[in-house]
Amino acid sequence: MKEQTVKTQDVVATSSRKVMPAIVAMLFGAFLVIGVGFAHSDTVHNAAHDSRHSFAFPCH
Amino acid sequence: MFRRIFATALLAGFLGGIGISVVHEFTTTPIILHAEQFEGKSSVPEQKQSKSGNPLLILAHGKSSGAAEDGHEAWGPANAWERTLFTTIANIITGVGFALILVACFSLSSGNINGRTGVIWGMAGFGVMSLAPALGLPPEVPGALTAELVPRQGWWFLCVAATAAGLWMLVFRTGGIWIVAGIVLIALPHIVGAPQPARIGGAVPPELADHFAAASLATAAIFWSLLGWLSGTFWQRFEERS
Repeated sequence: MKEQTVKTQDVVATSSRKVMPAIVAMLFGAFLVIGVGFAHSDTVHNAAHDSRHSFAFPCH
Repeated sequence: MFRRIFATALLAGFLGGIGISVVHEFTTTPIILHAEQFEGKSSVPEQKQSKSGNPLLILAHGKSSGAAEDGHEAWGPANAWERTLFTTIANIITGVGFALILVACFSLSSGNINGRTGVIWGMAGFGVMSLAPALGLPPEVPGALTAELVPRQGWWFLCVAATAAGLWMLVFRTGGIWIVAGIVLIALPHIVGAPQPARIGGAVPPELADHFAAASLATAAIFWSLLGWLSGTFWQRFEERS
């Protein structure tokens, strides 16, 4: 029983070690894409204009 | 794991961003510049939603675009070199962003990841981020008539999320119920329908707009294949070293 609990904890720990970095990376990746492709600031829009059109992000 | 994900994504995103910038320079950018010559020549009044009688009708990049509310022009690249530079920087940041999402998927996957399987993952990225949204919101040239921006951006996110979830169900789950659920999810944003302009007939000739839509999708396919291959290759290499 005790061994079973330890094993379960190991699985949870391994799983969270794997999942946490993936979630952080996805959130940071989404932050970068949204910043370049979707931010409403006119300055960001003008700087990234051709990139936004080429990637077909909805633009003005 | 953090180190491996970020090192892979930074390298792949940087190289992929540079690579696609070269491709864009000879494919989509000349069409954008050509289309801008027609921008503002539409017979349809160029008014924003708040001023227009028709809330769904605005002209993309009308004369008011770039002008702040106080009347001052917002900053923009001053010349062709500066414009290319900022486009390249934007492509690199977009490349790193997409690479982070792609490599995060690698880290969760139980399958073998290398350059070849990376290309398959890249094609999934192309389907989710480019192909599916293009069915409702075709890639648009400057000067095209479009619906209001925020609903289009909202639909884009809905489409990407639903297609990604649907594709995951089709590929990684087994059983008839998952297949049905996956197909329904992928179809859902298109059944709901993307926001469309109330009137069509912008200033840009349709031949140019057609060419741009094809060029945008073709270059997106190149970008995602390249990003997938680079990400898969570096992901495998960093495993061997660690």
